[in-house]
Amino acid sequence: MIAEIIATLLLGVTRFLVGGHARWQGCSPDPGQRIYFANHSSHLDTILLWAALPRPLRRTTHPVAAKDYWGKTAFHRFIAVRVLNAVLLDREGGRDALDPLKETLEQGHSLILFPEGTRQSERMPGPFKGGLFALARAFPTVELVPVYLTNLARAYPKGAILPAPISCIVTFGAPITAGDDERKPQFLARAHKAVCSLAGGERS
Amino acid sequence: MNQTMLILLGGVAVLLAIASVIGFVLSRRTTSDGAGATIDNLNARIRAWWLMVAMFAIAFVTGKLVTIALFALTSFYCLREFISITPTRAEDHRSLAAAFYLFIPLQYWLVATGWTTLFTILIPVWAFLLLPVLAVVRGETEDFLPRTARIQWALMLTVFCVSHAPALLNLKIPGFERQGFLLLFFLIAVVQLSDVLQYVFGKLLGQRKIAPRVSPSKTWEGLIGGALTSTLIGSALWWITPFSPLQAAAMAFAICWPVSSAAWYSPPSSVRWAPRTGAR
Repeated sequence: MIAEIIATLLLGVTRFLVGGHARWQGCSPDPGQRIYFANHSSHLDTILLWAALPRPLRRTTHPVAAKDYWGKTAFHRFIAVRVLNAVLLDREGGRDALDPLKETLEQGHSLILFPEGTRQSERMPGPFKGGLFALARAFPTVELVPVYLTNLARAYPKGAILPAPISCIVTFGAPITAGDDERKPQFLARAHKAVCSLAGGERS
Repeated sequence: MNQTMLILLGGVAVLLAIASVIGFVLSRRTTSDGAGATIDNLNARIRAWWLMVAMFAIAFVTGKLVTIALFALTSFYCLREFISITPTRAEDHRSLAAAFYLFIPLQYWLVATGWTTLFTILIPVWAFLLLPVLAVVRGETEDFLPRTARIQWALMLTVFCVSHAPALLNLKIPGFERQGFLLLFFLIAVVQLSDVLQYVFGKLLGQRKIAPRVSPSKTWEGLIGGALTSTLIGSALWWITPFSPLQAAAMAFAICWPVSSAAWYSPPSSVRWAPRTGAR
């Protein structure tokens, strides 16, 4: 109940400040099982991408959040897990780090993933980490949807206290799949390119 | 709210009701695709005008503070959209935060308290000097002048200029006391009519394009027809202003021109203003 109210407030404030218009360019908002993967430049990314999904999809879509930040205090954990429906990922966890993600996918739910692993300040995303590939291999039927978030790097750069109000757009691209004989670096490069191609004519 | 304002708002409501009926009849009668798109666009505009008139009516009825808040919100959205299509950088964040969280509230607070002297110089002088300082403190000097100028210019247009509309409520004109809302109505009516009439004349008579690279739909016929008719209508509204009919016409004529140039330069990626589809 409280979590729902906070979620509504949080979404309201985020939309007021940075808009977050959703543009379904390569797919439509279907309830099928998906992994949305996007470029990562601010703490608002998670909220904004989640807010861009229709409400029924939000219930079964879990953002992946870093445990070392979002698990820090009871408050952080409450916002991440109860309000945003997030799954916590231990970035230092080594081989088993992906287990909570796999559990979520086994339940038939969807994930929101930032494969760069950390926020960065450029317009184009940095290199992707391997987790996306491992999940794609383990769950070949799940659709992998590239997402590009505009403007967030300058609306809410690292270290800023308040976001500057700049309209941001969430662009959803066409789903990709990992080929049977495709190797990890090739797949990650292709996934990276899929996100970059959505940046298109948008000015940074 | 006085009787004059009631009559004016009633008049606007009647005009819009007629427009809605015409739009509805037209949408029933068209068959071709091209005409259908034009009429859908017209009906979307009519709905937007209803919404706008309703917002202004509520603000005018509830008083000065709500009206000022409405314009502050307008400034906020204008600045947000302006910055969205302006290439600022992550290093400009502090200047932007100051523009949004400091200068918008401060400027409208000055309108509310009627501190006119500071109101006139807050942005052109104080913001003008403070923003470059904020940019320098961040330690990034690349493109310093263009970056600073963009934010200064954005503030001037979207906050300084827009805030002068509610500042009309503070004018003390002998023989025209406490009639500020009528002046504000005059301003908004002429601005909107000029926009509407330019659109109408452009659609009906438009032949010669003015600047096709900036806006493909703006024509000389639309511009001149719109400006002349809205000047005439402004002149016909002289009785709600402290002006004579001729003075009111001159005032309306002066108001039309910035409107046309602003309307031309609407951002190409106006998708942001389109209704949300899919997600909500």
